Amino acid sequence: MAANSNTQTVFPYQHLLTCEGLDVRHVHALLDLAEDAAALNLRQDKKREALRGRTQINLFFEASTRTQSSFELAGKRLGADVMNMAVSTSSVQKGETLIDTAMTLNAMRPDLLVVRHSSAGAASLLAQKVDCHVINAGDGPHQHPTQALLDALTIRRAKGRVEGLTVAICGDIKHSRVARSNIDLLNILGARVRLVAPSTLIPTEAAKLGAEVFTSMQAGLDGADVVMMLRLQRERMGGSYVPSGREYFHFFGLDHDKLRYAKPDALIMHPGPMNRGVEIASTVADDARSVIREQVEMGVAIRMAVLEALAQNTSET
Amino acid sequence: MEAPDTEQQPQAFINAHVIDPANGIDIRGGVVVTEGRIADIGVHLHRNAPPDTIVHDCQGHTLIPGLVDMQVFTGEPGNEHRETLKTASRAAAAGGVTTMIVMPDTDPVIDQVALVDFIQRRARDNARVRVRTMGAMTRGLAGEEMTELGLMKRAGAVAFSNGKQSVMNAAIMRNVLSYARDFEALISHHTEDAHLSRGAAMNAGLLATRLGLTSVNPVAEVMVLERDLRLVALTGGNYHAATVTCAESLAAIEKAKEAGLPVTCAVSINHLTLNEIDIGDYRTFFKVRPPLRSEDDRQALVAAVKSGLVDIVVSSHDPQDEDTKRLPFSEAADGAIGLETMLAASLRLVHNGDITLSRVVEALSLAPSRRLGLESGTLSKGAPADLCVFDPGMPWLVDREVLHSRSKNTPFDEAKMQGRVLRTLVAGQTVHQYARAT
Repeated sequence: MAANSNTQTVFPYQHLLTCEGLDVRHVHALLDLAEDAAALNLRQDKKREALRGRTQINLFFEASTRTQSSFELAGKRLGADVMNMAVSTSSVQKGETLIDTAMTLNAMRPDLLVVRHSSAGAASLLAQKVDCHVINAGDGPHQHPTQALLDALTIRRAKGRVEGLTVAICGDIKHSRVARSNIDLLNILGARVRLVAPSTLIPTEAAKLGAEVFTSMQAGLDGADVVMMLRLQRERMGGSYVPSGREYFHFFGLDHDKLRYAKPDALIMHPGPMNRGVEIASTVADDARSVIREQVEMGVAIRMAVLEALAQNTSET
Repeated sequence: MEAPDTEQQPQAFINAHVIDPANGIDIRGGVVVTEGRIADIGVHLHRNAPPDTIVHDCQGHTLIPGLVDMQVFTGEPGNEHRETLKTASRAAAAGGVTTMIVMPDTDPVIDQVALVDFIQRRARDNARVRVRTMGAMTRGLAGEEMTELGLMKRAGAVAFSNGKQSVMNAAIMRNVLSYARDFEALISHHTEDAHLSRGAAMNAGLLATRLGLTSVNPVAEVMVLERDLRLVALTGGNYHAATVTCAESLAAIEKAKEAGLPVTCAVSINHLTLNEIDIGDYRTFFKVRPPLRSEDDRQALVAAVKSGLVDIVVSSHDPQDEDTKRLPFSEAADGAIGLETMLAASLRLVHNGDITLSRVVEALSLAPSRRLGLESGTLSKGAPADLCVFDPGMPWLVDREVLHSRSKNTPFDEAKMQGRVLRTLVAGQTVHQYARAT
């Protein structure tokens, strides 16, 4: 463990698999690091050398243009060699398991592995089998920690703090890794979390996660500092969870009428991609209070911070 | 299962703690075995063996009727890479199980006479312990068409089951219960609503919500059980709830028993000794069906075994290989092996003071024998000499690699156990003897 003995450890974790259990000081240190990256990203020369010689593999079992490009750009700006692997199309169809894929990749000696998979716990399983740092870029409905971190950074920049704010997370909580990560992280940072959705989209015992549960937008948004909308998957609108996209928008879609319940300066957030006219009205998405585009910008910054912070924790052998 | 000539000489097992719940026996004594059957039992055999017997000094250890495991899944036929009748029987012998009831969930499904016959022949030629099979109650376990219950029963099927799935069609279930009654056939049913449990990886609750896993509420079990009990009241069918796992199911069973319905139930050793928290960081060896429940439910099950409301404890031995278990939790197969660890795990409840040893022996041996109409499960004179001698105090550490089962998916890997089987006999013949590691 002699490496980086002169550098203070910003984020003393081997992997980033979940927001659960992160220490508040480490989260703020990471957000600070991301602020630096955000500043760097505004310069003409965006390239740094922090990860020069390191190999980053983006292993995506589920297609995701946005998250994958964000991680790719983050790695490249730090000077890493980045390789993208879209597994869904190749090996899995040939019967190769997650573990097989992991072992194959491990033999290529990557330093950082970014994983997205449709099953909860997949990133954790991988982390047990490989020798490098693993970053969970979404595992089923479980966690998507960099999303929560970029949301926290966006809120902190816009509001100057996260602590004490009331954040309403609205929509398909049940199937959302974004919601789970945010509930954990916002609690760590001292925010008050509300969940707003029809009961069919609220998971069992959600209140025990550290959130207040509402089934009406009026009550849930009342006095909120931040309104965070979630995407509703099309397959859930066909009568299984909600009767139709139209009815859902009527009661739970964010429009200017419902937004009025929140504080006048409430932030409007969405992890993307948006279903305009289902969970959010176009005019709201493009409102001056919307920070949806900034979320994307902070995404790159946060991922740079995470990659750099984890890489610092590599012990030389 | 005939004893070889060398074993024909009568054997005396002396200096033992003999437990035989069928006769209310819990004594320091011994047992004499002649021609594969119990010839004598009593305190007079504590120190002295009759002349001309081979004497086994049990050194004060416990001697009980061999265990009868009413729910064992194997891979034969169809998935022999997971488990054969031979390998399962080795695990059984090592765990003190002298009769295992194998389930019809094989490939092909045991849903006709020829396949019942196949199991019996394979078992006769390859298994160390007694093997009996349950037949499928519906063709292919599809829950749509009744099988030839009468003919399969005559061929040797001890009961009828729909395996790991519930018959969701109430009309079929009603007819199966009615028809089975005419043949005095026992219907053993796994109760879990197929729609509510679809895709479920664990019990509903805070933990499942945290882990982001699709979950199922115990109500999925209770409602099918309650439906069945209504149909039992209607038809008078002989019914066994194969896998109760929650307090509410127990309430339903209690009500049915109070009403005098011909109903029994079993719980698996997994649900009796583990709970949903054990899943921890997506440990797939703890993924079973029905899923592990809350600690409150577990405690209710323990109390119900103690009171006799739950009649029977099973291993629900279900071998799965690396290919089906080394996967993300939601994709991994259900099931845990248990033949070899069932007695030791049950002894945890005895050592904790939850249940008496005698009651455990009853639930693991006598009760399933009686329910299935087998002559085993007792040390009465004339009963088959299916015996288990174990040291209830011997500590050991479970190492999945040295378990006898062909598959290694035990939830008790590296668990500390107290109580080890020293010798297992089937029809007076030793089929397992503990070899102390050197």
